[in-house]
Amino acid sequence: MTHVLKIENLQVAVEGKPILRGVDLEIKHGETHALMGPNGSGKSTLGQAIMGHPKYEVTGGTITLDGEDLLEMEPDERARAGMFMAFQRPVAIPGVKMADFLRHSTTNVRNPERKEGEDLIPMKDFRRELKDKMQQLQMDMEFARRYVNDGFSGGEMKRAEILQLAMLQPKFAILDETDSGLDADAVRLASESIADIGREKMGLLIITHHDKLLVHNPPEFTHVMLGGRLVETGGSELAEELHANGYERIRAAYPEAEAENLAMAGE
Amino acid sequence: MATDITPDKNAEAESIGEINKYDFRTETEAVFKSQKGLNEEIVRQISAMKEEPEWMLEFRLKALEIFESKPMPEWGGDIDINFQDIYYYLKPTDGQEKSWDDVPEEIKETFDRLGIPEAERKFLAGVKAQFESEVVYGSVAEDLEKQGVIFTDTDTALKEHPELLREYFGTIIPSEDNKFSALNSAVWSGGSFIYVPPGVKIEFPLQAYFRINAQNMGQFERTLIIVDEGAEIHYVEGCTAPMYSSDSLHSAVVEVIVKKNARCRYTTIQNWANNIYNLVTKRAVCYADATMEWVDGNLGSQLTMKYPAVYMLEPGAHGEILSIAFAGNGQHQDAGAKLVHAAPHTTGQIISKSISKNGGRSSYRGLVRVEEGATHAKNNVVCDALILDPESRSDTYPYIEIMEQDVSIGHEASVSRIGEEQLFYLTSRGLSETEASAMIVNGFIEPLVKELPMEYAVELNRLIQLQMEGSVG
Repeated sequence: MTHVLKIENLQVAVEGKPILRGVDLEIKHGETHALMGPNGSGKSTLGQAIMGHPKYEVTGGTITLDGEDLLEMEPDERARAGMFMAFQRPVAIPGVKMADFLRHSTTNVRNPERKEGEDLIPMKDFRRELKDKMQQLQMDMEFARRYVNDGFSGGEMKRAEILQLAMLQPKFAILDETDSGLDADAVRLASESIADIGREKMGLLIITHHDKLLVHNPPEFTHVMLGGRLVETGGSELAEELHANGYERIRAAYPEAEAENLAMAGE
Repeated sequence: MATDITPDKNAEAESIGEINKYDFRTETEAVFKSQKGLNEEIVRQISAMKEEPEWMLEFRLKALEIFESKPMPEWGGDIDINFQDIYYYLKPTDGQEKSWDDVPEEIKETFDRLGIPEAERKFLAGVKAQFESEVVYGSVAEDLEKQGVIFTDTDTALKEHPELLREYFGTIIPSEDNKFSALNSAVWSGGSFIYVPPGVKIEFPLQAYFRINAQNMGQFERTLIIVDEGAEIHYVEGCTAPMYSSDSLHSAVVEVIVKKNARCRYTTIQNWANNIYNLVTKRAVCYADATMEWVDGNLGSQLTMKYPAVYMLEPGAHGEILSIAFAGNGQHQDAGAKLVHAAPHTTGQIISKSISKNGGRSSYRGLVRVEEGATHAKNNVVCDALILDPESRSDTYPYIEIMEQDVSIGHEASVSRIGEEQLFYLTSRGLSETEASAMIVNGFIEPLVKELPMEYAVELNRLIQLQMEGSVG
C-alpha cells in the first residue's frame, strides 16, 4: 500500500485571524513536493497545522494519513503515525542532551504503543545507529552530548533537524526552510543529506524560498501559495521559473489572493 | 550500636531500695508508652532514658525555655502546629507497632515504581524501625575505623566521644538561633556524628543510608560533622523514596565544622509525605582555605523551610549552596541559602532552582552578608524558577547586606514557564506531553543533578517523571 497524506479544503486561523483559506494537497509516499510563495502567504502555517501546533486552529477541512484523521490526534500521536516536520526555528531545550531526547523520540516513533515509563531502545543499539547516522551527516559525536538546540549556530540547528529526520524515518516529512540561514556549502550538504535520507523513501513537502534545496531534490510537483491558497501547481519547471523571475507573474495573475496576502503580511 | 534504651527489668527490681534514678526510670517506662506533648518533665525523661550526662540535660532544659519564649516566625510559610499534640520521643521499638496495612496506597505505589527493595520499604514507611544494613556497611565501617574516622549516631557519640560533643555540640547553631533549633535542642534524638581526622580523605560518598535506622532519621535528629584540617568528606543523607511518617513535624539541626584546608560536601535529597512540616536548620563554619558545599534537594512535605548556611570565618574559605525545590499540589517549599563572608578573600556561590506545579508554591529566600573587613569577598547568586501552570507560584526574597566596599557581588534571577513552543517541539517528535514536560523539568535541574552521586541522580529523575504524570493537560 502506498501511504497517502491528503489535505482537503483546509482552513486555519491563528488567534481568530484566518490564514489558510481552503488548501487542497495530496502527497504520496516517495513523492517530492515543493511549496513556494512570498512571505506571509501561509506556507509555515500549513506545516504547523499538519503537525498540530495548538496555536493553529483548524476551522474547516480535513487532513488524513492513509485515511486516518490526523486532526483527531495529538502532536505526539501524529509523530508516531509517521509525520515529521523540520522546524524553521527549532527551540532550545536547556539541560536535555540531544542523545537522550533522540532516544526517547526514536523509541516512541518506532513503538507507537509504548507507554510512559516502558523500556527505551537498548542504549548500545541506539548509540551504534546514532553514530552511523551522524557520520553519514558528517557530524561530530560530541554533538549528541550537547543540549538540544542550546547555543547552536543556524547551521547546527538545521543539521540537527536533518539528523532527527534520519533517525525517525517518517512516512511524510515537511521541511520548513531547512536551507535558510545557511551558507552555500551548508546548503549543499543539507540538500545532499535530504536527498540521501528522504528522496523516494518518504513523502517530502519542501517549503523554500530558494531553489538550491530543489536542485538535489527536484520536485515532481511545485505548489505556489498566495494569500492562504494554493493558486498554482506545476512540475519542477515552475520552481525554476519562480526562482528566476520571482512572484510578479503570480501576484498579477491572482489579484484576489494577492490582496489577502498583502492584508496578512501587513499585520 | 548502643541504641537500646529500654530500661532493663533487673534495674527496675533493684530500684525498690533506691529513690533516685531507678525510681524515675520505672516511672518513665510506665508513662512513656505514648505520651504526647512537651514540658520539662518530658525533656528530663528523654535525657534520663538516654542516660545522658548532666550537661546535656541542662542544655536541653535551657533550650526548652528558649523554645517557649520565642514566638513563631512570622515569615516563610504558614505554620499550624499544635506542639502538645506531638510525640517528642519514641522508643525504637514503638515503630514496629505500626502495620504495613496502615501505609497509604500512594506511598506503596511509589515504592513500587521506584523499585525500592522490600526490606527498605518497610523501614521507609516507618513500619520497621531497624534496617538490616550491617552486611553492606560492615566492610566500609572497618575501613573507616582504620583511618580513625568516627561515624556513628549522635546518641552513641555522646556516650563514646563525650569530649568531642562537649567541645562542638551546639556551637554552630546555638539553641537561641531560632524557635525550631531550640525545639530540636530540647528534644533531639539520633542523627549522625562524623569526625574525620586531619588529612584523611574519604574517597567515596558516605551515606547515612548505610546506617539507616529509626535513630538516624527521626523527627528531631541532630547531626554534627567535624572535618579536621586537610581532610575531605562527601556525606549523603536521605533518599528519594517518599518518607512516610504519621508524625507531622520534622525539625532537624545539622552542624558542620570544616577546618583549615578541609573540604566537606553535604548532599540531601528529601521527599516527605504531604502532611509533614519540614523545618530544618543547617549551618557550617569554614576556616582558612576550606570549602563547604551544601547540595540540597527538597521534594514533598506540606511546608519546608530550610536555608543551609556557610559562615566563612578565615581567608580563602569557600562556601557553595546548590538548592533544588519541587513544589506540587498543596506544597510550599520555602528554601534558600545563607552565605556570610566574615573574612577577606572569601568566595561564595548560591545556585537555586525551583519548580512549581499544580498550585504548588516555591520561594527562594537567601541572605548574602559581607561583614566589615571582609575585603575582596566574591559572591554570586543565581536563582531560576520554573512554573508549570498558571495555578502555581514562585517568589524570590534575596537579602543582601554589604558592610564593605571592596567586594564583588552578583545576583541573577529568572522565572520561566514551560513554553508552548518547547512542548510542541518535543511532542511533535513523538514524546507524550507528560514525557516532554518531565524532560524539560529534568533539563532545568540538570546542572544540579549532575552534582549528585549517580544513583541519586537516576532516582531523582525518575521521581520527577512520576511527579509530572498527569500534571499537564
